Amino acid sequence: MNWQLLPQFATTGLLAGGPIALMALGLVLIFKSSYIFNFAQGQLLLIGALITWWFSVELGLPLWVSIAIALILSALLGLVIERLALRPMTGQPLLSIILMTLGLSQVLQGSALLFFGGNQRNFPQIFPAGDPYKIITPFVYEGNPIVLILKQNLVWSFIVAILGVIVIGAFFKFTKAGLAMRATSEDHELAQSIGLRIHRIFGISWMLAAVVATIGGVLLATSSGLDMSLSIVVLAAFPAVLLGGLESIPGTIIGGLLIGLSVGLVSASTNQFIRNSGEIMPYVVLLLVLMIRPEGLFGQKRIERI
Amino acid sequence: MSQLTLNNIEVIYCDVIQVLRGVSLEVQPGTVVALLGSNGAGKTTTLRAISGLLVSQDGKITRGTIEYGGERIDRLPPDEVVQRGLIQILEGRRLFQHLTVEENLVVGSVARGRTSDATLKRDLAEVYRYFPRLEDMRKRVSGYLSGGEQQMLVIGRALMSNPRFILLDEPSLGLAPLLVAEIFRVIQQMRDQSGISILLVEQNANLALSVADYAYVMDNGRIVLDGSAERLVNNEDIKEFYLGLNQLGERKSYRDVKHYKRRKRWLG
Ligand SMILES: Nc1ncnc2c1ncn2[C@@H]1O[C@H](COP(=O)(O)OP(=O)(O)O)[C@@H](O)[C@H]1O
Ligand SMILES: [Mg+2]
Repeated sequence: MNWQLLPQFATTGLLAGGPIALMALGLVLIFKSSYIFNFAQGQLLLIGALITWWFSVELGLPLWVSIAIALILSALLGLVIERLALRPMTGQPLLSIILMTLGLSQVLQGSALLFFGGNQRNFPQIFPAGDPYKIITPFVYEGNPIVLILKQNLVWSFIVAILGVIVIGAFFKFTKAGLAMRATSEDHELAQSIGLRIHRIFGISWMLAAVVATIGGVLLATSSGLDMSLSIVVLAAFPAVLLGGLESIPGTIIGGLLIGLSVGLVSASTNQFIRNSGEIMPYVVLLLVLMIRPEGLFGQKRIERI
Repeated sequence: MSQLTLNNIEVIYCDVIQVLRGVSLEVQPGTVVALLGSNGAGKTTTLRAISGLLVSQDGKITRGTIEYGGERIDRLPPDEVVQRGLIQILEGRRLFQHLTVEENLVVGSVARGRTSDATLKRDLAEVYRYFPRLEDMRKRVSGYLSGGEQQMLVIGRALMSNPRFILLDEPSLGLAPLLVAEIFRVIQQMRDQSGISILLVEQNANLALSVADYAYVMDNGRIVLDGSAERLVNNEDIKEFYLGLNQLGERKSYRDVKHYKRRKRWLG
């Protein structure tokens, strides 16, 4: 272990966990409302980023305007997906519906490729491209002070992502609409019986999930560029979601940070083999946690009464 | 004029299983009407047909009409039925288990659309007046309530939608006698103090007839008997099959009675 660099890698890892948490949130939103694991979440990420790119780079609109347009369009896309792809499947076995999202992911990926082409693009900078933040910690290792060097992009992406999760979490916790969504997520039929319009609620969930995906896509594209493989980044969020416990919003933050941290820690290793295992780390952590707590860290324990 | 009228309703599940075979009934405003019958007779299905909740079970009304307050409601989705003041309380005391007691109540008012905080407070106070025990447990996660408390909560939640008509499915099932008495006291209060009409499905016919004004008996998807509660209490068929007492006063379950015998009596 490279102890001198460990704090640096751990911190960058944690910061990278922010966007992972946001991606996890997109999955949780849909799972919470409809028990569907949405395999097309990565494509929503990609399309959100592509729309932003198209309006700002191709059409030359100001970046913030482009992001606003992308958020609106992705919200519509979410609604349309729910209405056209999922609602007709109501009552079908859950597995069919989940497979449907897998099919959807391929359709969306293919359409994106068709419309935008597959080349690598430069994505506009969202955050000021200043010098990295340099933090000199009071800690010393073998005579050298421990210094953290943090790219501005990374820090701001983290802040935006975590804020996003908190805002959505507060919406669920404190608003009547959020309450209706939590109720619907527990029991669809019961929700209908008290007069909730569950299809509208599913639509709103997909809308929120698509908006969250677009924010995540833009954050990732601005730090690492934009190409078709952006949709695969969401794989890192799968273990984060399971870790946090599929239905927990606070869980996505913990899950995201843990995954980011684990990847960071591995990079601090002096052993080349371990250092290269960063990509599988999320899944290793996942297996370990699930072996100990199968419902995830924050999963709802089923309340069973006799 | 009756508040609710079912006219020759037929219901089919999954396009093949016919469960209701022409059910007609009426409920007058401000009355409790009991819907009795053995397991599988089609009582719950009748309630679902009224509330629009057949959709979640792949069921359809294939014939007949349902009128509520003079308007047809048999094609309406459940949320619109609730908005008109008619709500079904599902059997089995179903709660949003991970929500607190008060959240369960508040979510019951969502269907009414925008309501002011003052209205919400007043309605909560009204529910807590019916069920003082719930107020002490406001912040409790509802999944951990006892059976009796859960039954109070589901009734309270329905009241939050400001209903004029409640379809109540087997509220006494599995509850201790003392709690059952409390629930039935509330049923009477809802009728007498709030003027709410109630269509009450009960296995315990004796109990149901003690609060009901009128009753229908169902068997095999049909109404086989109806009359005022006083009249049915003294009816031999009811006594034998639903109160579990035959002429000799022995306890007897309706399961023991041969099916053909039941049919013959009712048709004859
Ligand atoms: N969702 C469903 N799909 C198919 N058959 C059903 C469904 N629900 C109820 N049934 C059948 O309809 C009949 C009546 O059921 P139900 O209305 O629940 O009776 P009750 O409430 O009087 O016990 C039963 O034979 C039952 O098996
Ligand atoms: Mg029933």
